[in-house]
Amino acid sequence: MEKSIEVHNLTVSYHSKPVLWDVDFELPKGKIIGVVGPNGSGKTTMLKTVMGLMKPDSGYTEIYGQPLDKVRERVSYVPQRESVDWDFPADVMDVVLMGRYRKNNLFKRITKEDRRIATEALEKVNLLEFADRQISQLSGGQQQRVFIARSLAQQADIYLMDEPFVGVDAATEDAILKLLRDMKNEGKTVVIVHHDLQTANEYFDWIVLLNTRLVAAGPKEEVFTKELLQEAYGGRLTVLSKLGDLISDTEFPLREPDFKEDQPKG
Amino acid sequence: MSPTLAIALTASFTAVSCALLGTFLVLRKMTMVGDAISHAVLPGIAVAYWLSQSRASLWMFLGAAAVGVFATVVIEVLRKKLKVQSDASIGMTFTTLFALGVILITFWSDSVDLDQQCVLYGEIAYVPFNTWSTGALNMGPIALWSSGLLLIAVLLYIFIGYKGLKMSSFNEDYAAVLGIGVVAWNLSLMAMVSLATVVSFESVGAILVVALLVVPAATAYLMVDKLSHLLIGAGIIALLASIGGYGCSRLLDTSIAGTITTLLGVQFLIVLAYHQLIQKQQQHAVA
Repeated sequence: MEKSIEVHNLTVSYHSKPVLWDVDFELPKGKIIGVVGPNGSGKTTMLKTVMGLMKPDSGYTEIYGQPLDKVRERVSYVPQRESVDWDFPADVMDVVLMGRYRKNNLFKRITKEDRRIATEALEKVNLLEFADRQISQLSGGQQQRVFIARSLAQQADIYLMDEPFVGVDAATEDAILKLLRDMKNEGKTVVIVHHDLQTANEYFDWIVLLNTRLVAAGPKEEVFTKELLQEAYGGRLTVLSKLGDLISDTEFPLREPDFKEDQPKG
Repeated sequence: MSPTLAIALTASFTAVSCALLGTFLVLRKMTMVGDAISHAVLPGIAVAYWLSQSRASLWMFLGAAAVGVFATVVIEVLRKKLKVQSDASIGMTFTTLFALGVILITFWSDSVDLDQQCVLYGEIAYVPFNTWSTGALNMGPIALWSSGLLLIAVLLYIFIGYKGLKMSSFNEDYAAVLGIGVVAWNLSLMAMVSLATVVSFESVGAILVVALLVVPAATAYLMVDKLSHLLIGAGIIALLASIGGYGCSRLLDTSIAGTITTLLGVQFLIVLAYHQLIQKQQQHAVA
């Protein structure tokens, strides 16, 4: 197996509480890989540690057998959509062009080539007509696609995406999925943090099952077994965490004062 | 140069410099850090002043910038490493440093011609009288030179660092992943804010400089949706307020710095009211 990302004996803690405990796995190249586990199981922490945004207490991670600093150009990161303020004064093109920023061109002007690559990335996510749109005026799904376009503009080999399917509509979900498969066909490796068990089996080739400890990592046929899933989610915990998801999915204010009239009476 | 022109130019240079730097503070949601720095530089000013025995010396600027960066680092360490609440770490750091500065100033009050009044409120009206000269040539007011140089430095900093500032303000994690030194950008911005604060404190004082950092950017933010326009807008608003405020203060015979700041507030209210009106109309149009 040709390796893309390696994680070895990784322990990471947050407020001196371990979030990841002795996690150890290797990921193949050219696959769509899902990092799956219940809420608070350390999925995002794992991604952030691989990307050098959090320091491990012990263990290390490598990409293509090298530390991150040597291969930064080849790795791209799509953070959670909620992690930025979308009221920032920028349009779609501005954000996608950020994918072209590098340490060594930070003090240079944006080139025509940069613009061409950014335009191409926008085309791939079907947002070209929105290039001049202010980012605060986009829907959740469009914002997510802007982030993916920015990442594409980086022209990397490995893409790490944190919950790209959260808060997007069905059409966007399909579009993203198609894009991921195209990327895979081009030989790219895509690692996706994902919390929805229902769709995980359908989306991914490989699965890393996490719950602070590593439960399993491998081809989805080997990992997606009842025993392993139960180990990750726990018998009764499944019900509880599903309930939690259900509430967070449906709990939004239905009756704003301005829309009172539009609601059906009774 | 006429005293009126000297005052108007000094006020404009300072106001525009602060407004441009303040734009990034507002975007980073760090205006309180700007407030903190504007107070925390006081011990730096006092020490540098005592050492060099002169106002507006290079030492004073460097000393104050160093203390400003020091304050930023302390705030970050308290917050990130020691897990002190963010606002509490800001509140503790700058009050302690500011108090230390007040003690130093009173302690050296015999040898240092620097009073609390001046530091807190500034006295831009005295700008024309404090001149410097090379040989026989009178070079004009010191504050005019320092604020002019400040504006040039700020413009250069933003022009050269535009991409880095933009990226690290919008999405720090992403910038870090690309290997762009987000810590360096943060500290360099804070050093510039410290510098602007020191240059401004003589004219508008440590308290009112906060208004110059925050209000023009916040006002422009209501009107535009592109970073470059935001910077230009904040600059124009600061310019209008400083020229207009100076004019008003001469008519009304009031404190110059006070009038400028009040005008900033009035500008914000007008723009806010207009903004609300437009939004209401748009809502009506949709309904």
